[in-house]
Amino acid sequence: MSDLLLRVSNLKTVIGSGDSPVRVVDGLDLEIRRGETFTLLGESGCGKSMSALSIMRLLPMGGHIIDGTVELDGVDLLKLPEQEMRRVRGGRMAMIFQEPMTSLNPVMSVGKQIAESVQLHDNLRGAAITKRVVELLDDVGIPDPERRAQEYPHQLSGGMKQRVMIAMALAGRPELLIADEPTTALDVTIQAQVLELMGRLKREYGMAILQITHDLGVVAESSDHLAVMYAGQVVERASCRGFFNKPLHPYSQKLFDSLPTEQKRDRPLSVIKGTVPPLDSQFIGCRFADRCDHVFDRCRSEVPQWDLLSEGQGVRCHLYDQIDPKVGTLCLPTETVVEPCEQEKRDKPTLLSVSDLKVHFPIYKGLFKRTVGAVKAVDGLSLAIKEGRTLALVGESGCGKTTVGKAILQLIRPTAGSAKFDGDELTQLSRSALRTRRRDMQIIFQDPVSSMNPRMLVGDIVAEGMVAQSIGVDHADRQERVERLLEQVGLPVSAINRYPHEFSGGQRQRICIARALAVNPRLIICDEPTSALDVSVQAQILNLLKSLQSELGLSYLFITHNISVVAYLAHEVAVMYLGRIVEQGTVEEVLQTPAHPYTQALLSAVPVPDPERAKERIHLQGDMPSPAVPPVGCHFHPRCPQATDLCKQAYPDRVVLSDTHTVYCIHTER
Amino acid sequence: MVLLSTDILIFLLLALAIGYALYARKHEHLRAPWSLVLRSKVGISCMVVLSFYILVGLLDSVHFHPTTKNGAPTGDVISLFDHLVTPLREQQEKTYSAPFAAHLYSKESIDLPDGGQIRGYPRLQWGGAHLEDPQQMRLADILSRTLAGAFEGLLIWLIIAAAFVARLASRESCSIGRLLHRLLDGRSEIPWHVMLYTLAIMLVLTFIALNLATHYHIMGTDKVGEDVFYQALKSIRTGLVIGTLTTLVMLPAAVLLGIMAGYFRGWVDDVIQYIYTTLSSIPGVLLIAAAILMLQVYMSNHADEFNSLVERADLRLLFLCLILGVTSWTGLCRLLRGEAMKLRETDYVQAATAFGVSHFTIITRHILPNVMHIVLISLVLDFSGLVLAEAVLSYVNIGVDPTMNSWGNMINSARMEMAREPVVWWSLVAALLFMFTLVLSANLFSDVVRDAFDPRLRQGK
Amino acid sequence: MMTYIIRRLLYAIPILMGVNILTFMLFFVINSPDDMARLNLGAKHVTPEAIEKWKEERGYDKPLLINSQAEGLDRLTDTIFYEKSVKLFMFDFGSSDSGRDIGHDISQRMWPSLAIAIPVLMVGLSINITFALLIVFFRTTYIDLWGVVLCVTMMSISGLFYIIGGQYLAGKLLHLVPISGYDTGFSAIKFLILPVIVGVIGGIGGGTRWYRTLFLEEINKDYVRSARAKGLSESMVMFRHVLQNAMIPILTGVVVVLPLLFMGSLITESFFSIPGLGSYVIDAINMQDFAIVRSMVFLGAVLYVVGLLLTDISYTLVDPRVRLD
Repeated sequence: MSDLLLRVSNLKTVIGSGDSPVRVVDGLDLEIRRGETFTLLGESGCGKSMSALSIMRLLPMGGHIIDGTVELDGVDLLKLPEQEMRRVRGGRMAMIFQEPMTSLNPVMSVGKQIAESVQLHDNLRGAAITKRVVELLDDVGIPDPERRAQEYPHQLSGGMKQRVMIAMALAGRPELLIADEPTTALDVTIQAQVLELMGRLKREYGMAILQITHDLGVVAESSDHLAVMYAGQVVERASCRGFFNKPLHPYSQKLFDSLPTEQKRDRPLSVIKGTVPPLDSQFIGCRFADRCDHVFDRCRSEVPQWDLLSEGQGVRCHLYDQIDPKVGTLCLPTETVVEPCEQEKRDKPTLLSVSDLKVHFPIYKGLFKRTVGAVKAVDGLSLAIKEGRTLALVGESGCGKTTVGKAILQLIRPTAGSAKFDGDELTQLSRSALRTRRRDMQIIFQDPVSSMNPRMLVGDIVAEGMVAQSIGVDHADRQERVERLLEQVGLPVSAINRYPHEFSGGQRQRICIARALAVNPRLIICDEPTSALDVSVQAQILNLLKSLQSELGLSYLFITHNISVVAYLAHEVAVMYLGRIVEQGTVEEVLQTPAHPYTQALLSAVPVPDPERAKERIHLQGDMPSPAVPPVGCHFHPRCPQATDLCKQAYPDRVVLSDTHTVYCIHTER
Repeated sequence: MVLLSTDILIFLLLALAIGYALYARKHEHLRAPWSLVLRSKVGISCMVVLSFYILVGLLDSVHFHPTTKNGAPTGDVISLFDHLVTPLREQQEKTYSAPFAAHLYSKESIDLPDGGQIRGYPRLQWGGAHLEDPQQMRLADILSRTLAGAFEGLLIWLIIAAAFVARLASRESCSIGRLLHRLLDGRSEIPWHVMLYTLAIMLVLTFIALNLATHYHIMGTDKVGEDVFYQALKSIRTGLVIGTLTTLVMLPAAVLLGIMAGYFRGWVDDVIQYIYTTLSSIPGVLLIAAAILMLQVYMSNHADEFNSLVERADLRLLFLCLILGVTSWTGLCRLLRGEAMKLRETDYVQAATAFGVSHFTIITRHILPNVMHIVLISLVLDFSGLVLAEAVLSYVNIGVDPTMNSWGNMINSARMEMAREPVVWWSLVAALLFMFTLVLSANLFSDVVRDAFDPRLRQGK
Repeated sequence: MMTYIIRRLLYAIPILMGVNILTFMLFFVINSPDDMARLNLGAKHVTPEAIEKWKEERGYDKPLLINSQAEGLDRLTDTIFYEKSVKLFMFDFGSSDSGRDIGHDISQRMWPSLAIAIPVLMVGLSINITFALLIVFFRTTYIDLWGVVLCVTMMSISGLFYIIGGQYLAGKLLHLVPISGYDTGFSAIKFLILPVIVGVIGGIGGGTRWYRTLFLEEINKDYVRSARAKGLSESMVMFRHVLQNAMIPILTGVVVVLPLLFMGSLITESFFSIPGLGSYVIDAINMQDFAIVRSMVFLGAVLYVVGLLLTDISYTLVDPRVRLD
């Protein structure tokens, strides 16, 4: 048995046929050794998932492998007849997918679904199968496995479903587990649980893992080797340590530079200009040439070949050609344009103050649909935003943070509490007064695709608010304003007469920002505006938001789950758990000296893109409880590592740590 | 000119369709799916076939009082189409005759020139009347007329095709030769060659029929000697009216109520849901039966209010459309309610609300344009079902007026003769053939339209 | 679950009341009983006495809503509305205009209707699902294309053609089975074969195409990919996963029409002279017997509402995600 488990060489996959098939994978080479974790890293649309599906021979309809070999232990999988391939699939090689929500059959109990796999790949019968299923569920850390085996997928949380998927994959005792963005759809504390589980199983089962991700943090946490993919090709290959020490390819370097961090707070993030080229085009030179800062003539005329450098690190870039003397110059930091950072302005007047806000969605039950309870999405929340400042509202999915944003804007009418904007009580305003007030508060949504009417021209979309608020004297005037706005957010004026679908995700988000700016708002509620975007595009949007703030003096309520964005952008932070704020303070206070156990756990769960930095992780057990029946006492106590009996008694009082720093936990010392 | 109520609606519909086409040309989100329809071979050839039906239907919707030879208007109402096919309309026989027959289908006493009488099959008054000896000359005559018709059809087709290719060449600014090459190889973006082939077939068939129909009853005659081919052609308008106007009359209610229920929720939703659940809980056929019975009662009690049989039949047709509409709007309403419910939660509607945009503007700007594809799809999907339903309803005597030409009535009257020996089959076959062609092309067309407008289904393929 | 059913039944009351009022308006308000009498008695020159007599015999001579001549509760009950509409709620259908007991007729005639409708449904369902599965299984080949074309073609043929063609072929040319008629007991079978076959064939086009779409929708879902990733064979994926999920809309679609099977098929029954409820309706329409039409409208509405309820309940049985309360 050799050390080498999987060797993929020159794999080429296309989707569609005819004149211009989309070459989703275009000459992929990689080698995976037994027992190691190999990561394919890249942004969306670069062909990572298609590579994995090609290896499994599970391509969607219309996809074909046109060239190359995939050798598992020396056997070329692409030449196997389908029947034998089926034994490999789920047997020697298993796969888990990004969306645990949809990847399980909704009408089959999870036990049965795992049993199917066991039956196929183990020579077990009858009760032995059931036993093995329970064993597997136990292995992946599902409590009470006998009962859980009887349950259906919809009864499990997202993290649980992914565990079930892993159990299913383990049933055949695979030598290779392909994990396609296994934690992307999960919250950061759950992601930490799943990553840890995968690491443990890898050791126990002695299997290799081919992991696909876009998250540099996840890579640093878990991989041994990695390959960076760009536009259907691998552009860099390295050991994890080597890569994080010294990324070679300009694209890899850019990925690092565009990550928001606390250290970069006072300067704009570096961005990758342009977009990923369409994969149905013909490439003459380097695929990254158009977006590269180091581009020179040869990049456009000649396809770069592999340059193998030390210790298995390789790169596909002309800069590293032996004959080229430019190598030495490259690793210098490329961009250090430091803009004058805003001064600390702590004594600004308060623009928005929310106190004791509650949004309850009633639950109806019984013969006459009486209200028997309520989902307490927001349950007594207070916060304040000062003019020109950014307050980040941080929390995991389901904690009610989006509802807060909508309730402040009165898009959802709050059940109780007050929201004062510049002296006006929003919850009490008359219809017409509220309508006038709306120009001061705007919102940007997470999904740039669904936040614009696909049937409207960009010009009309941006002008919509102006028309509704009667801003601008006539159509021509508004048109002129639209043009100015588009320029302001960095879009060509010609965009006016085009439809949203003609733009990329980042560009669409710019249009949404322009639309919000059109009515001269003073507060913009940003509801996860970058979480649907790739990291390089995210950097563009963050830069834009930051420069708009210093230009126009905007205030932001920045709703997010991404801690590094918070560190980069926010002035104050409020951490939310199950409808309430558990800790609040300036960004330094909360991120440097977190006081609440939940904040501490949340911060420790965030994967850091630095394999050297070993850190102590606080593991949270279980999932967030349902907001319909929040735990008695402190909401966090069932998962809290520091919980005592006292925590079950009553919800903790506010503990003031400093002028700005407050926390709700009885274990905090003043 | 006489304007029947359905005529008005038909021309209203035509105006709407033209207006929609002009609007769609300017709007990318409508132009794109329609050009997908054009690019489908099935789609474009169905369009050609359907346009022949529509042409006949439209010609048959221009009604007027014919004048007698000396210029005095008569009390009858005929259509432009009737006028064009006057020979077909007026060449009536005594009773049944088979297709292409020169003799009646049943034996009668024939007066001989010498005054005697024999039992035999008498010659038809019109069908094959120009032949001296039908037995020997008929086949040759039919063949030569067929060939002549085919030739004429091809000639006309060549003229049309040449004009079309020339225009296309000038528009795409490439030489006619190159364009022809591209078309014949099927390399044009829109499969014009398929359209031209379909057109050729349709034109040749039309001209053969035209050539033969003046001298024969190509589909025989019915019990009272009326030409079956003429009946089948006249039935086209009835089918089209039922298929389109039904959806049209119920559309405003379905769209308005559906969107309101989904957008406003609350008690509005409750009321609208109650209305459509109640209506749809009554079995459709029974509701139609009840309503038509009531109409009959009304009509027989107010017989003097109608000027002519045609008007009376027309009113009943309109009423049938209305009542069919009442039974079929609930499905669309439910669909739209669900869609509006989804759309009101989308970010762009939320963003509009955050701007303080009024409900009315949100509905017209954001909701309506985004559900129109569902309306269009259900319009084309319902069409063929309604055409088939007409036949069934007429059979049960709760369809169109018995005096009106419709495929249902043709089948209904032909059924009585199925027991006859030998069988009188031609009315039945003619009606089914015409109906089948229309429904098949409508079905295929609606598939193409649905695939083009519903991207979710397109991915599913 | 139980509370859900009870609540749904309570919801049904206003709906049935709506249907009831609607038919009452249609039959007694928009057209007066005088009009019906005149239509029934035919000739234009009927005497007022004849009309009165006709109405009296059938109980249409009462006031519509309130009987001002009666005393006490009778003021409300001795009216057309109470006698003819409210009593429907107690399933008291009264007698038809020709004097027959409608309730009795219905109980007699529903069996032949069921004898056709149930086999058509069952055989049709299994054939359609089989065909759809076959087409989907070969979805990358020409079988799919031609299968769909065949389905559309079959859909485009009028149902009347299948009946007439079937009768002509089987009865007249081949003399296999009787063209029409009915008998009691087991001898009915020979009369049922043809209508059932015709009914099944007539439904193949639409049914197969619809089920194919359902299967295709399922087959592109993520969980099917997971099933393949386990190493399941394509046929196992189809039968264990795709079919199981696609059966949910199929089954519930069937359940909603189950109660309406009682109503029979108008066209089939009348063509084949089967004494079911379908031909009952047709005869009533042709004889302009309003009492029967009214009763059947109400019965149809009741069955429809029951169908909706059964559909919701069947969801909970086949789909673990749905819980009613």
